[in-house]
Amino acid sequence: MTSGLKVINPGTHTTLQDWGRFGYQHLGVPVSGALDLECFELANALVGNPDNTASLEILYFGPTFEVTQKTIRIAVAGYGTSIEITGPEPARYPAWRSLDLVQGQTFRILLEGTSTSAYMAVAGGFDIPSTLGSLSTYRRAGLGGQQGRPLQAGDTLPLSDSNSPVGHNVQLSLPPYDPSQPIRVIWSIQKDWFTEQSLNTFVSEPFIIQPESDRMGCRLAGPEITHKETSDIISDGIATGAIQVPGSKQPIIMLSDHQTTGGYPKIANVISADLPRMGRIKPGQEIRFAVVDVAGAEQIRRDQHAKLVRMKQNLDPVSEQVGIDLKVLYEANLISGVVDDSE
Amino acid sequence: MPFNIISASDTAIVIEFGDAISQELNDKVLAADAVICESNLSGIIETVPTFRSLMIHYDPRITTATELEAALLPLVDSGQSKGRKTSTWQLPVCYEGEYGPDLENIANLTGVSTEQVIHLHTASPCHIYMLGFLPGQPYIGGLPEPLHLPRLSTPRVRVPRGSVAIATGLSTIYPYESPGGWHLIGSTPVSLFDKHRPKPALFAPGDSILFKPVSTTEFKAIEEALSEGEYTVPCQEVTS
Repeated sequence: MTSGLKVINPGTHTTLQDWGRFGYQHLGVPVSGALDLECFELANALVGNPDNTASLEILYFGPTFEVTQKTIRIAVAGYGTSIEITGPEPARYPAWRSLDLVQGQTFRILLEGTSTSAYMAVAGGFDIPSTLGSLSTYRRAGLGGQQGRPLQAGDTLPLSDSNSPVGHNVQLSLPPYDPSQPIRVIWSIQKDWFTEQSLNTFVSEPFIIQPESDRMGCRLAGPEITHKETSDIISDGIATGAIQVPGSKQPIIMLSDHQTTGGYPKIANVISADLPRMGRIKPGQEIRFAVVDVAGAEQIRRDQHAKLVRMKQNLDPVSEQVGIDLKVLYEANLISGVVDDSE
Repeated sequence: MPFNIISASDTAIVIEFGDAISQELNDKVLAADAVICESNLSGIIETVPTFRSLMIHYDPRITTATELEAALLPLVDSGQSKGRKTSTWQLPVCYEGEYGPDLENIANLTGVSTEQVIHLHTASPCHIYMLGFLPGQPYIGGLPEPLHLPRLSTPRVRVPRGSVAIATGLSTIYPYESPGGWHLIGSTPVSLFDKHRPKPALFAPGDSILFKPVSTTEFKAIEEALSEGEYTVPCQEVTS
């Protein structure tokens, strides 16, 4: 039997993802990759992996695994997420820290907070070959990941040899995530295809995330966004975060698995610094858009990157105290406002 | 050469050469693509040529739209690359029975006989404008005027892999089973995208396809030969 991580319950949609598959878009191959690249990189940093090591993207209901290897070190990055060890000695640990597990232990990832996604990295990474330079799963063409598909019960994910825990476990302190902030966009190439009134509506009215959303696109419902004439354009390229408006007059935000080209007018594009937030957003949630200019968006991205680098360099050792974990309570909104400042 | 450079996001700019589907515009797109790929400009991640525009994906941590635009203007203006290699493929297509489920309907809608539909579709090599929608899926021009039809009013939920289809003055081939709203004229046994091949996509933008009609028996023989690894699509390479 292969040793590694055995999938007891795959969760709703758990896939291997990395930065994505670059250099094949001109052949029609989507980039794919982690929806929330920020949490993806933080999970890797917590277990000491290089930034682009493939990890598990967990959407909605989290998976349950059994450790079938002597020892492993894992870390989960996700807002309101925790790791629950089940079996004879149950325990619960918050996300944003590394954790050592031994053979025979069973654990599940719980997503209970403000986000729909979390990333689980394993020290040393998975021993699975890449496809066209990436381990990112693209289901439609069966590329990357575990046989080109989401995890299934009974799968065993083999781990690389170098995965034994080394050194202290580490943790990160993060400010809580505020999903109510507007999503920043720049106007895109077919802005002029829309009526002046629709452009105003787009930036002033809220939209609701629809349940049909997936890794390809986030569907919105809200006031109608009207084209001046037609909703058919000559197909052109699509950047991640592009906001297309088809004949239904309801916008769709293109996410990691989006097609490389498309034939609907693009009104705006989510700025790259806010794409990680699109990976956290929940169906039913309300979002608003705020417009920035291109140079501003580029600067926001560079600042955000610098901040991420600093976070990865400032990991604290974990103090192994047993007791109520204030951080978990805080993130789950069980308590509000006052948090012990020794935390 | 007139063109516009515009921002699509903070990670992509687009060079637009016009607003029509024509080989003349597409040749400009492909020439610009070749010269930009050769330039190895810092911060460019990849380029995506389409009918009449070129998308350039970049990393805003390395470069900016303003810097890129300044570097690209003289490059695209000169438009001279070292010469592109393109291929002309002779693609076997079966137009019979279940392989061309919409053939009769196409004949009815266009008012030409099914024989004439096949004749028109296979008469001369057709230009591949771009790949998109699914990995390896070509958007093919050169469809004779009588075969120009709008999309189906109700798209199919399932179009079989290998289906050759026409709509909006173009042909396409579905590399995977997928939903689709085009008229299914025939089918090819050839795999358009295979991750195990050194060049995973069979076609590249700028290549040409000559559809070669084959019988049901020939289709099955080619399918068999493909599974044994004993068939390659006939192809001629040209340097332009």
